[in-house]
Amino acid sequence: MLSHDHAVELHGVSRVFAGRAVLDGFALTIRPAEFVAILGASGTGKTTLLRLLSGLDRADGGTVRVPRRRSVVFQEPRLVPAKRVWQNVVLGRRGAAARARAEAALTEVGLAAHVNAWPKTLSGGEAQRVALARALVQEPDLLLLDEPFAALDALTRIRMHELVGQLWQRYRPAVVLVTHDVDEAILLADRVLVLSGGRISLDVPVDFPQPRIRSGRDFSDLRMRLLSELGVAVH
Amino acid sequence: MSSIIRIEFPPAQQAPARGGEGGLIDLSPQRHDLSPQRHPAPGRSRLNGWLLRAAAPAAILLAWQLASSFGFVAVEVLPSPADIVAAFAELIRLGDLQAALPVSLGRAVAGLAIGGTTGLALGLFAGLWRIGEGLFDAPLQMLRTIPFIALVPLFITWFGIDELAKLMVIIAATIFPMYLNTYAGVRGVDPKLIEAASIFGLSHRQAAWHVILPTALPSILVGLRYASGAALLALVVAEQINARSGIGYILNNANMNQRSDIIIAGILVYAALGIAIDLLMRLLEHLALPWRPKLALA
Repeated sequence: MLSHDHAVELHGVSRVFAGRAVLDGFALTIRPAEFVAILGASGTGKTTLLRLLSGLDRADGGTVRVPRRRSVVFQEPRLVPAKRVWQNVVLGRRGAAARARAEAALTEVGLAAHVNAWPKTLSGGEAQRVALARALVQEPDLLLLDEPFAALDALTRIRMHELVGQLWQRYRPAVVLVTHDVDEAILLADRVLVLSGGRISLDVPVDFPQPRIRSGRDFSDLRMRLLSELGVAVH
Repeated sequence: MSSIIRIEFPPAQQAPARGGEGGLIDLSPQRHDLSPQRHPAPGRSRLNGWLLRAAAPAAILLAWQLASSFGFVAVEVLPSPADIVAAFAELIRLGDLQAALPVSLGRAVAGLAIGGTTGLALGLFAGLWRIGEGLFDAPLQMLRTIPFIALVPLFITWFGIDELAKLMVIIAATIFPMYLNTYAGVRGVDPKLIEAASIFGLSHRQAAWHVILPTALPSILVGLRYASGAALLALVVAEQINARSGIGYILNNANMNQRSDIIIAGILVYAALGIAIDLLMRLLEHLALPWRPKLALA
């Protein structure tokens, strides 16, 4: 059973691909409503970790405990092109009640005008907001964000950061955000983890208040620390 | 009035020369003007397009009629367009065409319905379930290499020379296009979409219904279009077998009576059926796939 003070509990988790342990003796706990960002170079196990948390993949050993209600926003929107936007939001459900829920969720992400649109007519940012609405409709206790802003242009990304921050404040799910963007991690998260070699090499709280300003002293100190942990030379 | 746009780039070495007052940069002495141009009124250009397309067929018809009228070709070999129109009038007056069309169409539609449904079912089964793929895919891929026309003698020995043999030829011709496109369509659905569906709590059945089938529908409809074309082709072949009704019967009779005007009229009926089927399929695709961006290469 999931204890009440943890949304996610991982102990001694291992996952092996073709003889190579991507995760080995991995441990992580996340509190309810905590916003955790995970940084790490490619191949450090970020994606594997996210797939274990989402239930798309199973661990080879250890304990994985996650809430029953989970949602994922992927890097690509992954919308069914043959279904209207609202049908994608409540995929697999029909009827007036489902539609009303979809409309409410789409209104929250600012897409009330696109309820009946076809996915292929949307811009990248709009499609990603539909994916966010689809994740919200599940009323998740754990929201997994797999580099959801990576493919968006810089301006759209800033708006998406605000939107995700607001929605998290309102619904308070635990959030795991996998990203390559150090600034994004510091802007949004309560806690930043750096993964390397299938382990957590750094686990720092981000304790300065919102809204965070990139030019702030705390911000740049933490940015330096994270970048050097990621092996990027900072001058 | 060429519609081809040539875009010419300046040679790389040539440094762009700075323009005068406006600070404009002159890219090249040969730069091409791509600013909006004034087009003729749309109605008029559409009319021109139609006239252009009708010109060649009209010229051929005219040459054909003149060649017949002046006696350059024998009427028994190639009757004139006017003769063929008269043959149509004769077929309609005697009620032959009205009697033949429903019979021929009925054969094609029945064969397409049975063959297409079978191909669709096999394609879905092989696409959605691994056991179906294992059972059917290899044998069907082997069978599809047989041209269905080669089966006609075999089908005559198996099914006789009546309706059953004709129906079986059409069924054999329509199963494979339907199977192949359905199978490819189902297998072509992005696994990431199916993964997303499972994250959002859809069962396998729901994922098949709400994600896989709608996404595979364009490919399934392509299969249906190919199968319809194959049904028509198979109809023509099947109606050569001891036809006692249908368009094949008209053709057969005309052949025995040396009536090339009626033969050509019959061939034109087959052609018209082909066009009608194509239009119907396009309409169906238009109605069934409203979500597809309309791409028209004019």
